[in-house]
Amino acid sequence: MIDLEKIVASRRGFMGLAGAGGAALAFGAGSAEAAKVRTSARILILGAGAGGAAIANRLSERLEGAQITVLDGRPQHWYQPGFTLIAAGLRKADYSISSTTQWLPRGITYINEFAAEIDPEANRVVTTGGQRIDYDYMIVATGLVLDWEAIEGFDLSMVGPETGISAHYASPEMAEKSWHALDKFTDEGGIGLFGRPATEMKCAGAPLKITFLAEDIATRKGNRNKVELIYNSQADNLFGVPVVDHRVRQLFDDRDITYRWKHVLKAVDAGAKTATFATPDGDVTSDYDFINVIPPQRAPQVVRESGLSWADKWTDQGWIEVDQSTLRHLRYANIFGIGDINGVPKGKTAASVKWHQPVVEDHLVSEIAGRAGTKTFEGYTSCPLITRIGRAMLIEFDYKNHLVPSFPGVIAPLEELWISWLMKEVALKATYNAMLRGRA
Amino acid sequence: MESLSLTTVLAVFEEMFGRGLFWVMVLVAAAITMAYLYVLIRDRSMSMRKFLLAQVSMPFGGIAAVLFVMVMTNSGFRDIGGPIDWLVLLGVFAAGAVGFAILVYVGQSLVRGTSAKI
Repeated sequence: MIDLEKIVASRRGFMGLAGAGGAALAFGAGSAEAAKVRTSARILILGAGAGGAAIANRLSERLEGAQITVLDGRPQHWYQPGFTLIAAGLRKADYSISSTTQWLPRGITYINEFAAEIDPEANRVVTTGGQRIDYDYMIVATGLVLDWEAIEGFDLSMVGPETGISAHYASPEMAEKSWHALDKFTDEGGIGLFGRPATEMKCAGAPLKITFLAEDIATRKGNRNKVELIYNSQADNLFGVPVVDHRVRQLFDDRDITYRWKHVLKAVDAGAKTATFATPDGDVTSDYDFINVIPPQRAPQVVRESGLSWADKWTDQGWIEVDQSTLRHLRYANIFGIGDINGVPKGKTAASVKWHQPVVEDHLVSEIAGRAGTKTFEGYTSCPLITRIGRAMLIEFDYKNHLVPSFPGVIAPLEELWISWLMKEVALKATYNAMLRGRA
Repeated sequence: MESLSLTTVLAVFEEMFGRGLFWVMVLVAAAITMAYLYVLIRDRSMSMRKFLLAQVSMPFGGIAAVLFVMVMTNSGFRDIGGPIDWLVLLGVFAAGAVGFAILVYVGQSLVRGTSAKI
């Protein structure tokens, strides 16, 4: 027999502590509620993807009386970080599909159309349906477009196991078809070509991940000796951050994945199963049994024609001219950018979108309240770089190419770890969804 | 992570399991804990026989928890890469073991009542 008075007492103490925590939580929520700013400002958000949905939620929490309009012609919301998992057969297409409206807050106006014309001089946008929207503030969160037509001879209808063509960037359905292509390739063997475009791109780690996964899947099937994997880099590195580049090179060497420098995919001949790459020494044509196509990426046409883009940078891509710290447009002070559309040196990722949120919210709400915003964005982006099913490296860095680990001393950024895989597999979508609701 | 506040963690867990399931799980865990407290207070003592069986059952709860996590996350023991991975694995094992032990103890107490007390 054991006298339990002490245990019961300590448990009561624990329960008391938990209660105090709950009270603190409730108090915290209450104080955020009290900070609402009254305004009648008309705020237009272009795009209801990760950036647009999240900022719509945040602004409707912070502002009282604002007329918030969200414009997006796509009824589906795509969880893009899931595309790699779908393309590796670990998830079905529906893992990444939800509806745009389910993420948007009440009390805003959602127009299921795209912008057809943006006039930042007149503070006006015309939709594809002909509606005219005047705004006081605009947030550009359109995302980017994948320029599939830039790859000669290629068409998305070619994707699948019959052709060996994979294009998992295109959509959840295409990612699933891409898996069937990869599944067949890793069954039968042959030459697999991977690579990335020469433009800025979203998630520069994704082409590496699918290469690692192809290697792992072939190994698990006992077919590694039947496949040859060639990664075609647009530059003379595998990743823009030198320390990460060296680590990935080491892993590619260990896993016998070949890499070629300055090879940019320009054409695919699906009949002959050959791919042509532009190189400094002229075009190079390679045979393939499997090819992962990732096309050049640009701002949507409507943005490129709006006068918001940089005039002297990324002129073939059209990213908008924002301050890289405040994300405020450098020529139109009432316009901000969130996400892939921003003409900043780094970070076309959902992780960057998450960090763009508090900065844009702060500067916009502060201006409406008659103060100056203080928050800045330092270029944070992150990539759970999958190196095989079950392991990843949690790589986080900033504008300066410095590693900025969230858990220094606990989760080593350049180590292949199970916990980093768990984050990608389990926690990432949950965190992403919480972000969409403006809660993370 | 930009900020890892309690509200963020709660929001993430709600998204992970769905808001309904998450809070049901929290309530179930709370109910088992309350039932544990109830039998402790009711009996005014801890039965060593029940505690022994609870202890014996711990490895099963721990192993079940580890296997559950492995299967749910497409992982295996070969993926354990560094010290933090071992700690996570031990944490999962410990949580499964302790949770199952409490469940077994409470189950015995509620089924057998106070009569089996030694």
